[in-house]
Amino acid sequence: MNYFPDEVLEHVFDYVTSHRDRNAVSLVCKSWYRVERCSRQRVFIGNCYSISPERVIQRFPGLKSLTLKGKPHFADFNLVPHEWGGYVSPWIEALAKSRVGLEELKLKRMVVSDDSLELLSYSFPNFKSLVLVSCEGFTTDGLAAIAANCRLLRDLDLQENEIDDHRGQWLNCFPDSCTSLVSLNIACLKGDINLGALERLVARSPNLKSLKLNRAVPLDTLQRILMRTPQLTDLGTGSFVDEPDSEAYFKLKHTISKCRSITSLCGFLEVSPHCLPAVYPLCSNLTSLNLSYAVGLQGSDLMKLIRHCVKLQRLWILDSIGDDGLCVVACTCKDLQELRVFPSLPFEAGPSPVTERGLVAISVGCPKLHSLLYFCQQMTNAALITVAKNCPNFIRFRLCTLDPTKPDADTMQPLDEGFGAIVQSCRRLRRLSMSGLLTDRVFLYIGMYAEQLEMLSVAFAGESDKGMLYVLNGCKKIRKLEIRDSPFGNMALLNDVGKYETMRSLWMSSCEVTLGACKTLARKMPRLNVEIMNENEVEFNLDDAQKVDRMYLYRSLTGKRKDAPDFVWTL
Amino acid sequence: MEKDGGLGLEITELRLGLPGREEEGKKKKNEKKRLFSEIDDDHEEDGSGGDYQNSSSEGGCIGGDRKLAAVVGWPPVCSYRRKNSMNNNEGSKMYVKVSMDGAPFLRKIDLEKLKGYSELALALEMLFGCYGIKEALKNGDKSEHVPIYEDKDGDWMLVGDVPWEMFKETCKRLRIMKKSEAKGFGVTPKGSLKGYIEGVTN
Repeated sequence: MNYFPDEVLEHVFDYVTSHRDRNAVSLVCKSWYRVERCSRQRVFIGNCYSISPERVIQRFPGLKSLTLKGKPHFADFNLVPHEWGGYVSPWIEALAKSRVGLEELKLKRMVVSDDSLELLSYSFPNFKSLVLVSCEGFTTDGLAAIAANCRLLRDLDLQENEIDDHRGQWLNCFPDSCTSLVSLNIACLKGDINLGALERLVARSPNLKSLKLNRAVPLDTLQRILMRTPQLTDLGTGSFVDEPDSEAYFKLKHTISKCRSITSLCGFLEVSPHCLPAVYPLCSNLTSLNLSYAVGLQGSDLMKLIRHCVKLQRLWILDSIGDDGLCVVACTCKDLQELRVFPSLPFEAGPSPVTERGLVAISVGCPKLHSLLYFCQQMTNAALITVAKNCPNFIRFRLCTLDPTKPDADTMQPLDEGFGAIVQSCRRLRRLSMSGLLTDRVFLYIGMYAEQLEMLSVAFAGESDKGMLYVLNGCKKIRKLEIRDSPFGNMALLNDVGKYETMRSLWMSSCEVTLGACKTLARKMPRLNVEIMNENEVEFNLDDAQKVDRMYLYRSLTGKRKDAPDFVWTL
Repeated sequence: MEKDGGLGLEITELRLGLPGREEEGKKKKNEKKRLFSEIDDDHEEDGSGGDYQNSSSEGGCIGGDRKLAAVVGWPPVCSYRRKNSMNNNEGSKMYVKVSMDGAPFLRKIDLEKLKGYSELALALEMLFGCYGIKEALKNGDKSEHVPIYEDKDGDWMLVGDVPWEMFKETCKRLRIMKKSEAKGFGVTPKGSLKGYIEGVTN
């Protein structure tokens, strides 16, 4: 390959799109590294503290699209203290100073300020796409800057962020000349929006394909919007509430029946069940349906709707659907690939109507299923073994029994055998999350069979260090391991310290790991950041025998981070 | 009744997992399930050990679920979804810190999720893995620990004196104190809280 000029190499590399493949390409030889880095446009940084923005910019001058992730996953469940970090500002500042022509930015679990958004909006004339997932720290003022200054804005996608809503007129900040919007998702905004501004914006966006509204958008506005957007493929309704005999509802039914392009439906943040039939005409075309926020719907409403959804590939739903409803899904949705069943909250109001019976039915009816997130009241080994046999194609398997140490509901045995069957049968499994009563044995199975496993989440499981050792020794491709409230300690932690440089991160909270062991680890592995978090007044004394509340370690080329708060101690 | 005279030592041993979990495998496996059979008010604690058959088989009892709700981050539903999925948006939280003498770090518990003192006892057991807490709440004289709380006025009070609702309103933080410390503390460790414990099995 030395005979080819750079342009040819570059042309070939254009066909290499996945991050991992491009990373591999860059390791072949110096000239490939050079050509690859100059031609790379999309960069994914799984941990924003693993590398400095300056180094990324230096290596990839042609950077156009950047994805960054900040806080560890368990931050979603309030296990990471609030001020831990994950600030995007150094990145945006560095990019703004450079000559990078940034066009796309996607952030997950990061802290974003209005100032950063404003800087972003001014600094990149070709900026097109902003996707913020589970972020916080900004307000609608920051959104106003994006709206006002990004002339070519194509995507503004806000997913599950904590946004301080100043109820201003930020939607008015889109200039009349802005006609480029393709995707707008404002579902997580809590406040009122200017409905007139929204309608006008939609009216001048002929390319709009995806629109997800917030609670403040009523049914009649939805109807007027849908009149303007017959080309819409992806709809998230806001409030879906009205009297069944109202004129607005009648008009909506008529308008919706004309929207033949909609293949993805979500929202229903507020919903009257008697309004739901308005969307029935859409159902036979739907490939994606997310009703996981529709707390106003009962199992019976859901069942009636789903019976029409024969092409469904992705379904996110609440456990109010019940086992019976899941049987309807199994009969109807033969192409189902991804299923998420979330718990109705507050979950302590009564036992969940979802058990192993629903899951078995799904496995029988939907053999293409490859991604599962399933919150349930109980599970059995027999059910899991059956599921493993019926669905050998799982890539992601996350099961959560609401009682984290609940044994097999029939035999009272641990669920080791059931999960063991899953890992043994699903050779392509990349992500696993387990619950229920689990001994070291399940980890033995995971270490033996889960060869492709990249991410494992453990809670209230295992009996001894052996459990963690099985995983660290057996799972060659493990990248992220997160453990809480499990009896794994120093022996497991220190057994193979080099392993952690092959992983993105390790999280251990409320385990048996001591300060001394963490210090030892940090000493032996200078390219790991070993962070200890201690949020409490209990004086974090230097006693090495003291057990550590929360430890988060990750590989990093930048060393100890400078923005860590007082309660985070990097060893 | 609590079996295992040997439990006297284990009370002060800090275990970070759920009760019954033991690194060296010394304890019988059934102790894990014993916690949950104690939660189920219908079952007599027969202390027969053995296998898992004794635990409650109804698909998880309500009391057990509520106790779990008080533990931070369980079930693992992301906080945005939690806040936006409440039917009538009653997401009011009353997280208070809980410290236990001898434990190196504190835990947090959401009082709003608990319906009474017995559930509090169970939640504390789950967090600190120590049967002694239930003992303390049931029969103050016998146990080595006494649960106290700091109220809005900054005074340290014995847990259990006031009705649960009042306790919830006024409790700012909890401490599971060793009796030996109590003497200088101005809180009388005597007095059982039996009156406020409903259905805790013997």
